[in-house]
Amino acid sequence: MTAAVEITGITKRFGDVVAVDNIDLTIADGEFFALLGPSGCGKTTTLRMIAGLEFPTQGSLKIFGDEVGTLPPNKRPVNTVFQNYALFPHLNALDNVAFGLKMQGVDKSTARKRALETIDLVQLTGMDARKPSELSGGQQQRVALARALVNQPKVLLLDEPLGALDLKLRQEMQGELKNLQQNLGVSFVFVTHDQEEALTMSDRMAVMNDGKLLQVGSPEEIYEHPANRFVADFIGQTNLLEGRVLDSETVCLANGAHVTGTSDLPMGTEVAVSLRPERAHLGPRDETHSRQAAVDGVVESVTYLGNARVYHVRFDWMVIEVREENRPGATLHEPGTPVSVSWDPSAVSVVAD
Amino acid sequence: MTAVKLPSDAEAAVATPEFEAAAIRQESRRGFLLAMPSYAYLVLFFAVPLVIVVVYSFATRNRFGGTDLSGWNLASYARLSEPIVRDILFRSLWLALLTTLICLVIAYPFAYYLATRTPVVRNLMLVFVMIPFWTNFLVRNYAWRVILGNDGPFTDVTEAIGLGERELLFSKTAVVLGLVYSFLPFMILPLYAAIERIDKRLLEASRDLYASGLQSFRKVLLPLSMPGVIAGSILVFVPSLGAYVTPDILGGSKTTLLGSYIVTQFLTARNWPFGAALSFVLMAVMLTTTVVYFRKGGRTL
Repeated sequence: MTAAVEITGITKRFGDVVAVDNIDLTIADGEFFALLGPSGCGKTTTLRMIAGLEFPTQGSLKIFGDEVGTLPPNKRPVNTVFQNYALFPHLNALDNVAFGLKMQGVDKSTARKRALETIDLVQLTGMDARKPSELSGGQQQRVALARALVNQPKVLLLDEPLGALDLKLRQEMQGELKNLQQNLGVSFVFVTHDQEEALTMSDRMAVMNDGKLLQVGSPEEIYEHPANRFVADFIGQTNLLEGRVLDSETVCLANGAHVTGTSDLPMGTEVAVSLRPERAHLGPRDETHSRQAAVDGVVESVTYLGNARVYHVRFDWMVIEVREENRPGATLHEPGTPVSVSWDPSAVSVVAD
Repeated sequence: MTAVKLPSDAEAAVATPEFEAAAIRQESRRGFLLAMPSYAYLVLFFAVPLVIVVVYSFATRNRFGGTDLSGWNLASYARLSEPIVRDILFRSLWLALLTTLICLVIAYPFAYYLATRTPVVRNLMLVFVMIPFWTNFLVRNYAWRVILGNDGPFTDVTEAIGLGERELLFSKTAVVLGLVYSFLPFMILPLYAAIERIDKRLLEASRDLYASGLQSFRKVLLPLSMPGVIAGSILVFVPSLGAYVTPDILGGSKTTLLGSYIVTQFLTARNWPFGAALSFVLMAVMLTTTVVYFRKGGRTL
């Protein structure tokens, strides 16, 4: 099957700044793909290059097998949902949605009919005569979505589409977007800096930093097996226990403690053992741990989250975060209590720079 | 209501509705006081003279070139239908309109260019736009007389490219050229302000939605910059219509425009009532055009 988007060796420079640095990326047809990274990592530039709003400095960009790298945006079979929507303020919702069809020369009555259908699809029935300024943020978001979808793009590009919405609405829209994508079967390429959003919505995701593509994979692969220190740290919460590789099974931490950590890196490589807070367990020092890795520490502070408590445990030179679910009967460890932090050796991953 | 003493900043007291009302009154009084100087100035030097002009336009010129304020009549207004006056009126309107259009066509691309530059370049270019204002208006118009006149650079150029000795001075073309030159900045600045305010991503969005560059301009940029187009057009049209200096210097006697004609009535013909009537009509035309224009672009302003 032909890939929806195929990026090969794409680089984008703005003057001396390399915004996107020689990336290769393939996005399958019908896939919900998230481009994730901190601001300035090049994810938006990558999206804009797919849209045609920026031209790559170098490299090949194919959409369904056709090279499009040098085509203007109006000649590409993709549409964009812009950050903050970029709705036309002088047009009402209907004319905003019908804009693309009219520009393609679709006759007025057909354009109107299809626009109204799409407005229904995004659940804005009856709002068609309103100007963007008369719509709430969530409604504007839906208009922006309809305005892009009405053109039946082969790939829909979304640039932080939920960033301007409040938490509740954002979670609602996440579900809706996902449903919409599955029903339409169109590839969505979704740019976000919110790792949780990327994890919950995407089929596959790419993590970017400094213009480089660090890792591509399913949310599960990326969370469970981060390719390097940055990915481990950026996706979810984690404790990075600094150390060196001792052998393929063991990492010697900076304070000399040995913990189990599987890696195929050469001996002596500086690494970190990535321990997710929810995978560590807190217990009294005297408890015996069968087949568990453990380090001893002292509780420094506790943060109450409602559904969980996060303990900050002082362990020699660093503080380890441990998350304990707030179950009935969960032991409460007061600050100052000597404790042992333990985990299943298979629950950690060893990451290098 | 009894006067409520407003506590000074240092005195803390329990708030009461009387205190709030007094505070609001004081605020509005303060606003009025701030506007007082301009009110006084406008009434004294604008409203009062305007009333005098209106009164004079209904008066009669006496045999000695003075004005009889007795015996009100509409004779001055009746003269507006004379062919010579009508010609001058329509010629002035046409040239003002032409000037406005040319300014619009030249200024729009430049304003867009300006609005899409980096702030440093932008400010530099804006200074360049303003530079002509640093020289006296009259001097600049005389400079054009030299450029366009006999044996001036313009004639040199037409001769050099084989068009023969052409002279532009003392023609309608020269007047329009001068007017465009004089009022172009008044078109550029509001257009620039309007275009600069437009979110450029709207243009990207239109391109993403299959609009060509031209469609993008017609369907998005132009409608959204309408406030600037309207403001600029009024700022150019109004002074062009009443222009006196430029037509007088560059137009010569063949192209009399309204401004010069009014001056003639006051100074040479000593027909103050007719001059007043002409001035009043000119103002009425300007006001009507402005109102109509604002109404048309109404909601976007």
